[in-house]
Amino acid sequence: MIKSAYSFATQKEKIKQHIIVVWVDNETGVLARVVGLFSGRGYNIDSLAVAEVDKKKNISRITIATSGTPQVLQQIKLQLGKLVPVHKVADFPSNKKTLMREMALLKIVASKTQLEKAKNLCKKYKYIILDKTEKSFVFEISALKKEIDDLIKKLQPLGLASASRTGVVAMTKGSEIYQQD
Amino acid sequence: MANLFTGAEIVFKVLEDHGVEHIFGYPGGAVLPIYDELKNHTKIKHILVRHEQGAGHAAEGYARSSGKPGVLLVTSGPGATNAVTALTDAYMDSIPLVCITGQVPTHLIGTDAFQECDTTGITRPCTKHNWLVKDVNKLSSILNKAFEVATTGRPGPVLVDIPKDIQFKKGKYIKFKEVKKNENKSNITFNGIDNSIEQAIELIKKSSKPIFYTGGGVINSGPKATELLRELVSLTGFPITSTLQGLGAFPGDDNQFLGMLGMHGTYEANNAMHDCDLMINIGARFDDRITGKIDEFSPKSKKIHIDIDPSSINKNVSVDLAIVGDVKFVLKKLISSIKEKYPNFADSNKQGISSWWKQIELWRKKNSLGFSNSKEVIKPQYAVQRLYELTKAQDTFITTEVGQHQMWAAQHYKFNKPNRWMTSGGLGTMGYGLPAAIGVQVANPDKLVIDIAGEASVLMTMQEMSTAVQYKLPIKIFILNNEYMGMVRQWQELLHDKNYSESYTAALPDFVKLAEAYGCVGIRANKPDELDKKISEMLASNKPVIFDCVVDKTENCYPMIPSGKPHNQMLLGKQDEDDKISEEGKVLV
Repeated sequence: MIKSAYSFATQKEKIKQHIIVVWVDNETGVLARVVGLFSGRGYNIDSLAVAEVDKKKNISRITIATSGTPQVLQQIKLQLGKLVPVHKVADFPSNKKTLMREMALLKIVASKTQLEKAKNLCKKYKYIILDKTEKSFVFEISALKKEIDDLIKKLQPLGLASASRTGVVAMTKGSEIYQQD
Repeated sequence: MANLFTGAEIVFKVLEDHGVEHIFGYPGGAVLPIYDELKNHTKIKHILVRHEQGAGHAAEGYARSSGKPGVLLVTSGPGATNAVTALTDAYMDSIPLVCITGQVPTHLIGTDAFQECDTTGITRPCTKHNWLVKDVNKLSSILNKAFEVATTGRPGPVLVDIPKDIQFKKGKYIKFKEVKKNENKSNITFNGIDNSIEQAIELIKKSSKPIFYTGGGVINSGPKATELLRELVSLTGFPITSTLQGLGAFPGDDNQFLGMLGMHGTYEANNAMHDCDLMINIGARFDDRITGKIDEFSPKSKKIHIDIDPSSINKNVSVDLAIVGDVKFVLKKLISSIKEKYPNFADSNKQGISSWWKQIELWRKKNSLGFSNSKEVIKPQYAVQRLYELTKAQDTFITTEVGQHQMWAAQHYKFNKPNRWMTSGGLGTMGYGLPAAIGVQVANPDKLVIDIAGEASVLMTMQEMSTAVQYKLPIKIFILNNEYMGMVRQWQELLHDKNYSESYTAALPDFVKLAEAYGCVGIRANKPDELDKKISEMLASNKPVIFDCVVDKTENCYPMIPSGKPHNQMLLGKQDEDDKISEEGKVLV
């Protein structure tokens, strides 16, 4: 006999990556409610981006990169939908219909030759040099999450001293906007 | 300029607007301005409890037995934290509560002031929503919203945290206007599917082994939902089983009722759930105490799930057809569609499910709730049966604590009406039943209210007897006293080699003397042949009673689905369990 008052975890479905976008009233504690729901129910947050998008209506847009089984992802959406300050919840699939971007600030502290090498690496992406000294560069990079992951990996041996990332933000392509069903 | 009112005045004006007649609470520094205002509002009666947890459970009992939201009023810091268990309990069992907490003055928030705690932070995960009021002009609209959130959709607790300076400050009060909702327009789609009623009828029409599986959602939907459920069940002729929370929605003594299902449900209910070809879940949530091993749960059935909360759909069990909506509206539509489409449904259907009923009758013959009675010692099941027989003629309200006695009460006490059965199912809070009984008695002053209790549970909130005495609430505390935390003991016997680690209470109070100390009546029954007389004595008393029913110390609660097993592998009793364990033993050798 199994020695537990609870059943054991059984085989799970495949885990998928998703972008969940939540429109909320920009009020005290709203982020804590959303994030608390994730931690309380054991959902993952891979990254989080949040800022007010409509000053007049007092609406903030929260973009959460998450992962889970289809069942968990459906639960995340439905549970978020129950929160009082949440207006709508969208699930942006990671496919061609979705635009996704993340911005990073990267500081390289190194010799001149290393700095040049770093600059060449960044050329692959949209980049701006925001600050420049004899010994350092600060790059602004806007790219996909995976691309920034790769770039950071490559920049580490070239003297990457500090990295700051926004987390992914997303938007649908074309003229459509997301409507709550 | 409009009249201005203090925050404390606004609190009471809003409570009056919402027809609140009783609040349960406990005063303290941060909530004194509201308590000071109490004297000016004679329509509202305050019940002073002895611990804030008691206020919460009393408000729950009040809400569950009356259908109205329960209101509690407590102070900041420890007042709020003491209420957290009750809020969580109400959240798990979907009970509408409005909890008003005092908070330290706005300018002291965040300074670790005396009796300060982050109340909204602590209660965020155990309320539907909460508010910290920072502007007295917003107080009335926040309180109105609080009542709305607590009572609409899937009901639940809310909390409004009011700093002391806001209680003193003068501000605008906006009178509450009830917005009439077109209830028939209630949304019944899920994932954009709208023709779900027709699909449900087709599934019902096609099934040959159907079952209704109903839960607390039917009770929460109101008395109309209960009537409609009875109509639907009799129209279809299908068998029906209920969760712990749903008991009373359908008459417990009706032949179509298979009894409770789940871990301690009947053999016929669980086997029918396992073998059915159509399961119609109405207002239940596929809780783990119900489903047993999830991937062997009712493997051959199509599943329909009717629930007001979309997040209940596909949470634990994937269903074939989801209908999101208030039970009473969905049932109304379902019944009228069946009558319209298949006017002779009741007659034509009987044939189709007759062999299913034959199978159910075979399971029933196992008499899974049977037990071997004794002339020497009171069996707890016998005690509940006698209590039922001696009280069934009256409109009786039963609350329970948590453990074996709770399951025996659910199995052996038959409920015929909704809102008569108050038990902590989701959170499983020991100490729930006594304060809940107080709330029930406040809401139903002339009715018989009994807490079927265990001696361990009831000691957790025993102090509330003092409340019962103060307000002359003649609640009856019927303790099945086996000196053990019985359910813990049972698990230890079955799963931990009879190592009864810390589950025996070596020093218990003399409950009769304890009753006398509180100023109520104490009665003890030791032998089966004196039980009826003593119960009658309890029922005849117009005072609160503590009834110490000394029962068999080693009785286990059967039938039982052992954890990790599906519905069709139940343990029926002692004999069964010995067989299983000896098999295990063989493997070990």
